[in-house]
Amino acid sequence: MNLDSKVPSGPLEEKWSKHLNDIKLVAPNNKRKHDVIVVGTGLAGGSAAASLAELGYNVKSFCIQDSARRAHSIAAQGGINAAKNYPNDGDTIWRLFYDTIKGGDYRSRESNTYRLAEISNEIIDQAVAQGVPFAREYGGLLANRSFGGAQVSRTFYARGQTGQQLLLGAYQAMMRQVSEGNIEMHTRHEMLDLVVIDGKARGIVTRDLVSGEIQRWMADAVVLASGGYGNAFYLSTNAKNSNVTAAWRCHKRGAAFANPCYVQIHPTCIPVSGDYQSKLTLMSESLRNDGRVWVPKDKDDDRHPNDIPDEERYYYLEEKYPAFGNLVPRDVASRNAKIVCDEGMGVGPTGRAVYLDFRDAIEREGKKAISDKYGNLFEMYENITDDNPYEEPMRIFPAVHYTMGGLWVDYNLQSNIPGLFVAGEANFSDHGANRLGASALMQGLSDGYFIIPYTIGNYIAGTDLDEVSKDHEAFDEAADNAQSQIDKLFEVDGDKSVIEFHRELGQIMWDKVGISRSEEGLKEAISEIQDLREEFWNNVRVPGESSNYNKYLEFAGRVADFLELGELMAKDALHRDESCGCHLRAEHQTEEGEALRNDEEYSYVAAWEFQGVNGELQEELHKEDLEFDFVELKQRSYK
Amino acid sequence: MADTFTVHLKIWRQDGPDQPGKLVDYTLDKVNEHMSFLEMLDVLNEEIVAEGKEEPIEFDYDCREGICGSCNLVINGQAHGPKDMTCTCQLHMRNFSDGDTIVIEPFRAKAFPVIKDLVVDRSAFDRIIEAGGYVSVKTGSAPDANSIPIDKTVADTAFDYATCIGCGACVAACPNSSASLFTGAKLAHLNRLPQGEPERKKRTVAMVEQMDEEGFGDCSNYAECEAVCPKGISISAIAEMRRNYVKATLAGTEA
Repeated sequence: MNLDSKVPSGPLEEKWSKHLNDIKLVAPNNKRKHDVIVVGTGLAGGSAAASLAELGYNVKSFCIQDSARRAHSIAAQGGINAAKNYPNDGDTIWRLFYDTIKGGDYRSRESNTYRLAEISNEIIDQAVAQGVPFAREYGGLLANRSFGGAQVSRTFYARGQTGQQLLLGAYQAMMRQVSEGNIEMHTRHEMLDLVVIDGKARGIVTRDLVSGEIQRWMADAVVLASGGYGNAFYLSTNAKNSNVTAAWRCHKRGAAFANPCYVQIHPTCIPVSGDYQSKLTLMSESLRNDGRVWVPKDKDDDRHPNDIPDEERYYYLEEKYPAFGNLVPRDVASRNAKIVCDEGMGVGPTGRAVYLDFRDAIEREGKKAISDKYGNLFEMYENITDDNPYEEPMRIFPAVHYTMGGLWVDYNLQSNIPGLFVAGEANFSDHGANRLGASALMQGLSDGYFIIPYTIGNYIAGTDLDEVSKDHEAFDEAADNAQSQIDKLFEVDGDKSVIEFHRELGQIMWDKVGISRSEEGLKEAISEIQDLREEFWNNVRVPGESSNYNKYLEFAGRVADFLELGELMAKDALHRDESCGCHLRAEHQTEEGEALRNDEEYSYVAAWEFQGVNGELQEELHKEDLEFDFVELKQRSYK
Repeated sequence: MADTFTVHLKIWRQDGPDQPGKLVDYTLDKVNEHMSFLEMLDVLNEEIVAEGKEEPIEFDYDCREGICGSCNLVINGQAHGPKDMTCTCQLHMRNFSDGDTIVIEPFRAKAFPVIKDLVVDRSAFDRIIEAGGYVSVKTGSAPDANSIPIDKTVADTAFDYATCIGCGACVAACPNSSASLFTGAKLAHLNRLPQGEPERKKRTVAMVEQMDEEGFGDCSNYAECEAVCPKGISISAIAEMRRNYVKATLAGTEA
């Protein structure tokens, strides 16, 4: 397998501009002759579709939702980073790059991460020009706030709805192109397979989720922007329909899956309340700007939190990490929440929660100022828990939130299958082993607005793309494959619901492939997942029929894929016999319980090549060595 | 653990757009006050699947945190149910009591045809945005973000209108099935900002006309839309839309 990262030579600061000078262009009158498929309409897919269409390509856009305005990017709350340095606090592109690569625990590519920081400023300009209503100061200029893992204020925000506003900006840009006939929009369509002809991605197979029809679509390039795979854990902060299917089916067609074990567990989510729970709700990390995290020092202290005096509270983040305090990166905050709960200091009915307290901030700034910053988050919390965070501390606990792993891509965001480009959370590219807050929006939009539109041109201009037809045997094979999997799901006709299988998988993943992992636990997880997968194919019950709207059928296909991916995640976590970022192997910790990397042996991207499933998932490991020419690898410290 | 209770449900079942529909009765025990309304329906669906006698109930949802705008149920005659400023997915069973009968229907409107059971087609909203709900700016052509200062109060008000999640509750609640609040909110968001000013007239006319073409009714100021809007969008958006429409269509009266 060819894992050439195609990183341009030269100084870090000049790589992207040099690359832009060097890449091939498609003449304006020729762009019209090329079809590009974009799967997914989140920030990455929406911005890519809009920008490609503006350039003149014929874009076909697909999403599983009923509108291109609903993808899960919409739920991102806190903000988007950029190195504008408007607050004059010493921010630079280098600092944003450095924070991101350090935050990722030195497991990302220097060149990609630097480019992300470089493009960050253009994204803010673009969004403001579209009318995205970012928060402003009284002087009329844009406001910033701080986020975890940084000592500057570089986060732009729109109250607690930044993702929504940025996504609507991209969606509106898309709709403009739909009206001009440059985008053909297909909502309620799910990609079920990738069509590879002569080694190049030339189309996809979809299922129309309303009619159940299996359809074929041709293109000269395919952009996959189908999001992350956090729902392998069943309970996560992802939307219910978020899934790995499109990416996994590309993997089964030969696209390498990189670093699947890198899963971010977000520290500030509303704790689980019962087994009927269908998802977990995130409370933005921005709350840690003003909220103080603590647990009672005495594990048997059952007083109301407001009655516990300061000296009997353990502000564990502030005590352990005086430099960053409550603003340590997410992995550090999550791990510490688990540690105090494992030690018995957790609060709430389940003992699996810690307090996030705004008492001091309200005293200092007043209720109104806090409400201006976090009003909608406080309402959301109260609505779900029936507790008022203005009057008593929130209870929070970590939950699966984001997946840094994804399909392997080179510097052009092209997978190892020529013509298949991967953007946003679906690729593995920029965040290493841990993503900093307010960086997901940045990456999705950077990929979609400013990288893929150029690199696709380079591919199309430099590639011989023969005429293909929908009758090509590769299309027949992919369409038959999609249909036969659906038929197989119905044929099982077992007793156990899809949701039960998903919940069981999630429990295995959370217990053994979650915040802390061990060799023993991972081996157990692999065998339990294999058993569960076998049981699934012998005992799943899918109600209804395939020629109709059928959400259980959609879920069944997605759970089948999660049952394979889950095993790969565990395999990857097992093979990576070190800790780094979010991947904590219990065997490898510093004395203070921090992730202990092994740069000698594991400073590489693990890219897995699918070989087959036969009881066991067969995957071959390939390695892309990470080279650090510009930053020095250090043990991360937020003390 | 919280106490569990029983609810009686009357749920709209309809096989497809051209099929007749009807309310079907279900009784669900073991409802927990901390369950969300949609989790309650998940539990019912699991029972239906286990029994295997009929197909599970179809309803739309995605984020389940009140922001994507997918969920859309009329609960006891109210779009998104009894709680103010709350989407269906953020409604919790603590708002109901043991023995309650709950009627669940789709968002009904001529422009929102039923796909199956409680799932409707809201693509008319996309076509209204397509008609002009954007600022025409090409990727890469934007000036520095701080080059145009915007009065904080203007930016904040534009934001208030921009929070629309496109769920369609305003249409479902309106006796005329008007989409004026949805359309007005997008217009108020963009028309108030300096970025949106150059296309203000064109945008207003195009979106209003598309709204009519989709088969949504006119606004008669019932204000039911504002009452059910989960984001609390004000009907002043509609007055503003009308003012801008009149100004834009009467030649020479541009203020």
